[in-house]
Amino acid sequence: MRTLVVVVLALGLAVPALASDRHPTLGELEGEVMCPTCKTTLDQSSAPIADRIRRFITARIAAGDTKGEIKAKLVAQFGPAVLAEPSKHGFNLLAWVLPLVGIVLAAAALGLLAWRWTRSRDPVAAVEGAPLDPELDRRVDEELAGFDG
Amino acid sequence: MPSGLKRGLQGVSVAVVAGLLALLVWKVVHQDKGVAGELAKGKRPAAPRFDLTRLDRTGKLSLASLRGKVVVLNFWASWCAPCKSEAPRLEAAWQDYRRDGVVVVGVDAQDFSGDARKFMRAHKLTYPNVHDGPGKVLPKYGVTGFPETYFVGRDGKLVGDRIQGEISKQQLTAGIKRALAS
Repeated sequence: MRTLVVVVLALGLAVPALASDRHPTLGELEGEVMCPTCKTTLDQSSAPIADRIRRFITARIAAGDTKGEIKAKLVAQFGPAVLAEPSKHGFNLLAWVLPLVGIVLAAAALGLLAWRWTRSRDPVAAVEGAPLDPELDRRVDEELAGFDG
Repeated sequence: MPSGLKRGLQGVSVAVVAGLLALLVWKVVHQDKGVAGELAKGKRPAAPRFDLTRLDRTGKLSLASLRGKVVVLNFWASWCAPCKSEAPRLEAAWQDYRRDGVVVVGVDAQDFSGDARKFMRAHKLTYPNVHDGPGKVLPKYGVTGFPETYFVGRDGKLVGDRIQGEISKQQLTAGIKRALAS
């Protein structure tokens, strides 16, 4: 049963990703491709080359290219910097790995701090508190006796 | 927190900040500001080298291979309107001065190579043209827009003024004559 749930969840995530790669839209690629002259994504640019790249993408989508194929053709023309996201291999892999390493290190540091903090507190003192002043203790007993009587 | 652990974390933090600072300094020091600034001060910097794929035929063209000739270096793109207006002037200069050892070289940048070839056919350009899709050569020269034209003397050094925007026939002739005389 558990395996079935995992498979269904995996398919649920994989199917939209595959669909997006096989049938990309101009809208999503506009957010993933850079305008070479203005250094912004296409959706933020009205430069002539941005318009030309939009026309190229539209033509390639109509021709049945996948998102990967369209990006590869753009990289062949304009170099890897035309992609808004760095590639996931070579030196560019660092851009993906370093943030994750940072998050893991920060979580470990926080966990360590929390662990040290909880260990430094005296559990007995925390539960029972400091011993009561004998005079105060006597007065509390008297008051309670008054309620009982 | 024990003092040892605290010092260790502080050390790591300082090392990370120092590393980022060093990266920033390295980037600033190695930033390519181009040779246009030196040219504007009247200096004659060496023309930055390039070795780019030809658009007019197969193979590559390196600037170094043109040493001994005067080079009119024109940066352009097919989507640039003033580039269309000046293209016939550059072709005419190539035809007029090639016997004197002058070569016009077009560097098509930030453009589709197919569009560039269509542009060359439409304007009947016969001088050598190369493709720099990513525009890697642009910062080396300090190119800020298209078109932009530089003159390279026979010694491989830049000479005269860079022409930003559409070049006139007078500017082209004066630049070539100055480069020939350098």
